Amino acid sequence: MSSDAILRVEHLTMRFGGLVAVHDLSFTAKKGEITALIGPNGAGKTTVFNCITGFYKPSEGRVALRHGDSAQWDQLESLTASSLRSRMHGDGALFLLERMPDYLVTQKARVARTFQNIRLFRGMTVLENLLVAQHNSLMVASGFTLFGVLGLPNYARAEHAAVDKAAMWLEKINLTDRADDPAGDLPYGAQRRLEIARAMCTDPVLLCLDEPAAGLNPRESAELNDLLLSIKNEIKTSVLLIEHDMSVVMQISDHVIVLDYGTKISDGTRDQVRNDPKVIAAYLGVDEDEVAKAEAEVGL
Amino acid sequence: MAVTSTDSPTPGGRADLLRACRDAAIAGLVTLGMMLPLIGFRTVQNINNELVLETRPGLLLTMILIVVAGSLVISLVIRPWRQRKAAAHVAGESVQRAHVRATIAKYLTPFAIGFVLVYPILSIVFAGWQGSVKWVDNFGIQVLIYVMLGWGLNIVVGLAGLLDLGYVAFYAVGAYSYALLAKEFGLSFWILLPLAGCLSAFWGILLGFPVLRLRGDYLAIVTLAFGEIIRLVLINWVSFTNGYAGISGIPRPTFFGIPFNANDDGFAAVFGLEFTPMYRTLFLYYVIVGLALLTAFVTLRLRKLPVGRAWEALREDEIACRSLGVNTTNTKLTAFAMGAMFAGFAGSFFAARQGFISPESFTFMESAMIVAIVVLGGMGSMIGVAIAAVAMIGGTEIMRDMDFLKQIFGNSFDPTQYRMLLFGLAMVLIMIWKPRGLISTREPSTFLKERKTVAASFVKEGRG
Ligand SMILES: Nc1ncnc2c1ncn2[C@@H]1O[C@H](COP(=O)(O)OP(=O)(O)OP(=O)(O)O)[C@@H](O)[C@H]1O
Ligand SMILES: [Mg+2]
Repeated sequence: MSSDAILRVEHLTMRFGGLVAVHDLSFTAKKGEITALIGPNGAGKTTVFNCITGFYKPSEGRVALRHGDSAQWDQLESLTASSLRSRMHGDGALFLLERMPDYLVTQKARVARTFQNIRLFRGMTVLENLLVAQHNSLMVASGFTLFGVLGLPNYARAEHAAVDKAAMWLEKINLTDRADDPAGDLPYGAQRRLEIARAMCTDPVLLCLDEPAAGLNPRESAELNDLLLSIKNEIKTSVLLIEHDMSVVMQISDHVIVLDYGTKISDGTRDQVRNDPKVIAAYLGVDEDEVAKAEAEVGL
Repeated sequence: MAVTSTDSPTPGGRADLLRACRDAAIAGLVTLGMMLPLIGFRTVQNINNELVLETRPGLLLTMILIVVAGSLVISLVIRPWRQRKAAAHVAGESVQRAHVRATIAKYLTPFAIGFVLVYPILSIVFAGWQGSVKWVDNFGIQVLIYVMLGWGLNIVVGLAGLLDLGYVAFYAVGAYSYALLAKEFGLSFWILLPLAGCLSAFWGILLGFPVLRLRGDYLAIVTLAFGEIIRLVLINWVSFTNGYAGISGIPRPTFFGIPFNANDDGFAAVFGLEFTPMYRTLFLYYVIVGLALLTAFVTLRLRKLPVGRAWEALREDEIACRSLGVNTTNTKLTAFAMGAMFAGFAGSFFAARQGFISPESFTFMESAMIVAIVVLGGMGSMIGVAIAAVAMIGGTEIMRDMDFLKQIFGNSFDPTQYRMLLFGLAMVLIMIWKPRGLISTREPSTFLKERKTVAASFVKEGRG
């Protein structure tokens, strides 16, 4: 069933000493879809992200990502049995993210992320932020700095292309006018959008967004919806989204996974999840029975 | 209703006055308490060789009055003035000043380079062949060595944001590499210069590895320890480095094979000139100018390349860097290696110029001096670092012969002894006046439409 998955998380457990932040979590994110990960505060959503993007090493479990066609998944068991991190196969590849250090998850497996508390390079300009995101391709073009210092023309060309790409994203997030201002000087909503654009400049196949709508006003939140939909539909990047703002989750996500106390309590389309009594109970903090009773009373 | 606010003295004003008086009184009392035993009493020997207590109420009173007056000036004049200035700053007066500053910055660099190039000629014209040796050697070369060291450390501290307190270790590695290799194998300066740079860079990477995980104060402590370790090794490995005695008789650089001496095959004789030691000094001066310009050129280039941007991104936010696929390990190591390499160049130049080196030249004081230059200059700014090096090294050198101070303070006053005191005082003042260094704004590495400098408040300071 999950052959069209781009990301497969299986039996993921993350412990911090005695605290089990994520417990035996399995889910898949499908290619070309927006998958939302929701749950109350402290449910373990950010921890899941950190495990996927290599910032934490999971205590147990497997996190696999594919490039290319879905036939790649046939390789999964043999790759797991080997001690390798990834395997190229045909014109695709399979990655075991839990074995990779954080920067390689972005560089090789092409998973990009944003942070719950915005992490921009505040003292660098908006444009520079987007250029740092293209570090690896520019590094190759500059011959790992050697050609660049000598000032050879092919680096200049690569840098030009990088600036063009940045300009394209600035257009998309409506920040062309502020390209040469320090990122720390932008209003909050613009910083959120810039962080998404910066992540997209790494050319990801999977974009992980940690509460991108936090702190946005309704208008900005609607703009964000459009941006995420265009990332999904035009650039065809799959998106994994943590969000509290239900207006974002319910409008744009194709698939919703609900976490509570580190375990999955619901998984399905947005309508399935919306009507799941377990979810309502988790969000309202009451027992399931009481929810059922209350629903019966209001005639649901 | 309007009358009340205009006629009566504003309550704020009176409260300020009262507070100022109270502060001044407290400061005076503290001074009294502190100075009474220190200045108020003195024991002197009388004619019978007995100690008698002498009181000095006049001096004590003068001290207290100075402190009280100072306190009043601060709270009644300086503080309101600063507040007014801050208010005016908000009102947007600073835009014009920023414009003026940008214009100065534009012409400063070519002017500075031109001045550095003609400086020896100027000093010969004004001080003569004899007198100019001091100005070119003690002053010019000395300052330029520190400019170069400052620029090298600026890569590590200012750009990559890694506080390195043991930078002098790489300077030492460069100096000893040159000294030992030149003495043992008789290799020339121009071969050993890059070699010393490579060896220093290698040691930079070696130091880089263990400290990769450390940040801020911890990084500073470990690098400081590294500097001391290198120095202690130089002292104790006597068979290799000759310990405290140091290495003397280091071959001096030649003019592409032609030595600077009074012999028949010496520089002066070959070019048909009259022999003077000034030729070597001039040659060394232009060599260090070249090396410093090379440092500046490479650093400026690197800043516009992905590595340079990654260094600055690392200073701003290491976690965000990693989330963008930047290999922070390599990035840090290249910063350490580049910084160390320039220190190695400077070190081998130093050894060639002195002809003698010993561990005494590579104490923590030197590291502290270089860090101070970078901090005072404004971390990341090359012009700022150069100005700071001129002010600090040049300033302390000039203070060596400020004999006119003797006329003010009497003949027993020795200005060289107060060098460090004045130096510390200047540093405190600058840190009060410009806590983020002389030039704290940041020039972006590239721009889309218009180059705008980034205000200091956004830029992270290099704290590891
Ligand atoms: N590095 C860590 N060390 C110890 N405990 C941690 C760490 N990171 C997260 N936790 C704990 O794990 C649990 C889940 O945290 P997490 O940040 O993943 O929640 P979340 O779902 O993202 O919540 P929020 O909606 O508030 O962002 C919390 O109890 C948190 O305290
Ligand atoms: Mg979170």
